[in-house]
Amino acid sequence: MEFAIRAEGLVKTFGTTRALDGVDLVARTGTVLGVLGPNGAGKTTAVRILATLLRPDGGRAQVGGLDVVRDAGAVRAAIGLTGQYAAVDEMLTGTENLVMIGRLLGLPRPAAKARAAELLAGFSLTDAGGRAAGTYSGGMRRRLDLAASLVGRPGVLFLDEPTTGLDPHSRGELWDVVRGLVADGVTVLLTTQYLEEADQLADEIAVIDHGRVIAGGTPDQLKAQVGGQTLELRPARPAELPQVRAVLAAVSGREPELSPTGLLSVPARDDSVMPAVVARLTDAGLVAGELALRGSSLDEVFLTLTGHREPATDEPNDTMKVGV
Amino acid sequence: MATVTLRAQAPARRVGLLAGLEHTATLAWRNLVQIKHNPMELMDLSIQPVMFLLLFTYVFGGQMSGSTHAYLQFALAGIIVQNGLFATLNTAVGLNNDIQKGVFDRLRSLPIARSAPLAGRVAADLLKQVWSMALMLGLGLALGFRPGAGVLGVLGATLLMVVFALAMSWLSVLIGMLASSPEKVQMMAFVVMFPLTFSSSAFVSPATMPGWMQAWVKVNPVTALVDAMRALLNGGPLAASLTHSLLWAAALAAVFFPLALRAYQGRA
Ligand SMILES: Nc1ncnc2c1ncn2[C@@H]1O[C@H](COP(=O)(O)OP(=O)(O)O)[C@@H](O)[C@H]1O
Ligand SMILES: [Mg+2]
Repeated sequence: MEFAIRAEGLVKTFGTTRALDGVDLVARTGTVLGVLGPNGAGKTTAVRILATLLRPDGGRAQVGGLDVVRDAGAVRAAIGLTGQYAAVDEMLTGTENLVMIGRLLGLPRPAAKARAAELLAGFSLTDAGGRAAGTYSGGMRRRLDLAASLVGRPGVLFLDEPTTGLDPHSRGELWDVVRGLVADGVTVLLTTQYLEEADQLADEIAVIDHGRVIAGGTPDQLKAQVGGQTLELRPARPAELPQVRAVLAAVSGREPELSPTGLLSVPARDDSVMPAVVARLTDAGLVAGELALRGSSLDEVFLTLTGHREPATDEPNDTMKVGV
Repeated sequence: MATVTLRAQAPARRVGLLAGLEHTATLAWRNLVQIKHNPMELMDLSIQPVMFLLLFTYVFGGQMSGSTHAYLQFALAGIIVQNGLFATLNTAVGLNNDIQKGVFDRLRSLPIARSAPLAGRVAADLLKQVWSMALMLGLGLALGFRPGAGVLGVLGATLLMVVFALAMSWLSVLIGMLASSPEKVQMMAFVVMFPLTFSSSAFVSPATMPGWMQAWVKVNPVTALVDAMRALLNGGPLAASLTHSLLWAAALAAVFFPLALRAYQGRA
C-alpha cells in the first residue's frame, strides 16, 4: 500500500463553524506527515476523523487502505492515537494504564504485563511504573500516553500536538521516539503549531488554516516558498545604519525592515546570503554588533501564505537562532 | 522484546459478545482498581455512608424517635436510599472526567465493543453501590438494627436498591455526557439530590409535614423507594410501595436509557 493515510475533501462543521472545509491529506507508508497550523485551524478535528472518533460531514478518508467510516472497527485495530491532552487514567499506575490497554486489545494478562514492562522501559518510566499517573510530571505523562498508543504496535500513529507544553528537553526526547518509530516502519501523522517541529520530523508538511490546506510539500519546499529564514542585523555603530542598510538591500535585493529597536531584517532565501553580507560588510569596514539567521516563525509563514497575521497562539513561537 | 503480534489476525469488523464482555470486565476492573490509588474515592464509598449513618442516628435519633435505637430502626432504609441515590451521580462524574481528560477518546479509538466503556463504568459503579450498602447494613446491625423481614428481606432490599440505581444511572450517564465539567455535575448533585431525598419519607414520617409538602412527598419517587426498602428491611406491607418503586425504575429507564444511549453514540 503506497499511502497509509489518504483523505479527500474532508468537511466537518460544528454549528456555524466550518472546522474542516475540504481538507486533502496523504501520507506515504512509513513516513511522517506534519500537519502544521495555529490554534483552531482544524488539526484536532482532522485527527479525530482519521482516528474514527468523528464522522466527517463530507469527503472520505482511508487509513491503511480502510475507510474510516465504513471499516471503522478495522481502522481502530490498525492505529494508535495520542490526543492533544495526555489521556492517561490518573488514578491508575503507569503499569495499570498499559496493562488495561493490552487487556482491551485481547492480550492475556501475562502478555499484557510483559508488554507494559517493555514499553515502560522504552520510555524511561520503569521506576515510576508503580506510581499513580496523577503524580507524573507533564513530560512523563506524555510519554506514558504515547506508550499507551503503542501497546498494540500500530502501523499508523496519530500524534496531536505531542509536544505542546513540554520543555525543550522533553520535546527533544519525544522527537527521538518518533524517529525511532518511523525507523521501525510506522507511519506517523503529527500535528504541531511549531514550524521547527514539522521541519525536524516531517517528510511532508501540510499547512492548514481555517479548515483548509493552504500549502504543502517537503519542509525545504515549504521554507523556500515562505522565504525560509530571516537575517537580522544590528549595526555596532548606530551612525552606520544607512550604509549597513544599503549592503543588506544590495545582497538580498529587498528593502530591509527596521524595527523600533534598531534591528534590520531581510528574508534570506538561501545559505549564501549570510556569507555575502559578512564579506560586503568587511570590505566596507562596517561592523555588525549583532548578526543572526532566524528560522521563519509560524507567524511569518502565515503572513507569507495568507497575507494576514494569525492571532497569537498560546505558546511563544519557536525561532531557530543561529548565532554568528 | 515480547513477541506479540496483534496485527497478524484479521481485524474483526464487529466485536463478538464474549470479547465485548471481556472488554466490559476490564474496564470495570479499571474503575475498581482506581480506588486503591484514590483515598477520596474510598472516602466517598466508605467514610461518607458511615458518617451519615452515625450522625443521623446519634444527633437526630433521640429527638426524632425518643431513642437513637428506635430512630436507627426507622431511618436506616432512608439513609441507605439517600446514599445510594447520591452515589448514582458518581457515574456522571466519572464519565465526564473521562471525556474531559481524553481517556474516553483513547478508549473509543481502540478496537473494542462500543458499549464497553459505558457498561464497564456502570457495572463498577453498581458494585461500589453494593459495597456501600453492605457497609451501612453491617454497621446498622452492629448498632442494634434488627431486620424484621430477615435475610431474604435484606437481600431483596439490596436487589431493589441496585435495580433502582441502575435505572437512575442512565440519567447519570446522560448528565455525564452533556455536562461541561465534573464540578458542574457535583454541583447539580447537590442542588437536585438534596431536596429530592430530604423531601421524602426517608428521615421523618410525612404525617408531621405541612399539607402541601405531604402532597409532594407522596408523589416523590424517593418515597416509594424508601417505603419499599423499609418494608423489605423492617417488615410490613410491601406490595404497593414495591410496585410503585419498580414502576418508577422502569419509567426512569424507559426515558433516560434511550436518551443516554443517543448522547453516548453521538460521541461515537
Ligand atoms: N466539538 C466542537 N464543537 C464546536 N466547535 C468545535 C468543536 N471542535 C472543534 N471546534 C471548532 O472547530 C475549529 C477547529 O478546531 P480544532 O480542530 O480543535 O483546531 P486545532 O486542533 O487546529 O486547534 C475551531 O474553531 C473550534 O472552535
Ligand atoms: Mg487541537
